[in-house]
Amino acid sequence: MKSVDAMGLSCPEPVIMAKRALKDSPDGIEIKVDNVASRENVSRYLEAMGLKVSVEERRGEWRITGRR
Amino acid sequence: MVRLTSLVRTSGCAAKLSPKDLDSVLSDIPLMRCDGLLEGFEHSDDALVYDMGDGRVLIETVDFFPPMVDDPFTFGQIAAANALSDIYAMGGDPKLAMNLMCFPHCLELAIMKEILLGGMDKVREAGAVIAGGHTISDSEPKYGLSVTGFAKKNEVWYNRGLKEGDVIILTKKIGVGVVNTASKVDEADESSIKDAIASMTTLNKRARDASRGLDIHAATDVTGFSLLGHLREMAKSSEKTVEISYHLVPQIDGALELAKFGFLPEGAYNNREFISPDVSFSPDIKREEEDILFDPQTSGGLLLSMDRENAEIFLSRMKDTPASIIAEVKEKGEKLLAVIP
Repeated sequence: MKSVDAMGLSCPEPVIMAKRALKDSPDGIEIKVDNVASRENVSRYLEAMGLKVSVEERRGEWRITGRR
Repeated sequence: MVRLTSLVRTSGCAAKLSPKDLDSVLSDIPLMRCDGLLEGFEHSDDALVYDMGDGRVLIETVDFFPPMVDDPFTFGQIAAANALSDIYAMGGDPKLAMNLMCFPHCLELAIMKEILLGGMDKVREAGAVIAGGHTISDSEPKYGLSVTGFAKKNEVWYNRGLKEGDVIILTKKIGVGVVNTASKVDEADESSIKDAIASMTTLNKRARDASRGLDIHAATDVTGFSLLGHLREMAKSSEKTVEISYHLVPQIDGALELAKFGFLPEGAYNNREFISPDVSFSPDIKREEEDILFDPQTSGGLLLSMDRENAEIFLSRMKDTPASIIAEVKEKGEKLLAVIP
């Protein structure tokens, strides 16, 4: 599974990073973000692409995992 | 040519401070009053209103933001249309305007000139003049206007005054925040971008003019706090509940799909956090449909509350525009806003 670091970035960049990563790794990706809008937008993107999404929070950062 | 939108973190009215933060600050700031001041910031209305004492009122507003499009002339047009809109939303005629410009010293001055010419183009179309301004060197470009307008005292519209049984008309499509966000990374269709730009550069003058002689009970315009945010202000200050029929809300083609794929500006989430405690959504409304109702609009349409008879006359004058009845005013219920399919 491909891991992407989108910490410190604001929308729509993290969604584009998720999109690119998903092209290379179609079965699933993991992406780290540090703001609510990025967490929500990346989750929406992965769900709209048909992936199962889980979000794990640790100290102001979120690790979003999307799997087929 | 440099891409203006690549220089800024947020764009258009999506750059507004979150309504929650603004509310928490303003609640600690005392209201200032003076004789003649009919409207200050207590009702979150669009502009201040001052009684001239001769049957007229002076209406004053200020609005500026970072670019949401790459073409500087178009950016100037949109920023000006957006600032002028606050005067139309109060039922007034804009007369005098001043430029507000923040501009990075590393950018070509030709870009600043184009922005100013775009602003002037819309101010001229509005029948007003630009007679000054102020420029600051800043890391991100921003542009807008302060605008002064006039109206007859008994013809001013406030955001309060909704009457039970009224219908509410929205005069432009929503979804420009989502389209602007997606277009920053080339994810929006050309047709959606064209539609959004056409909407943002349209003055609300025609909508105001189409209301002449009609009995408008309340009005505002839709900007950064989203369709639901501005309806909430109307409902709150009028102590009524507004029931929005989702399927009647005009939208830019493609915007809903972009919302579904996560191209929402940060402001949409700030709006949702602040407004959603006052909204009941029918379970049939999908998440992306909720999202688009929280989407911050730049230079959005007017919201006008009136009875059905007046609404029919208004709509007959607004043929070939997106103007539609989108909501009804009800007795105050549990929540200020209810969204039904």
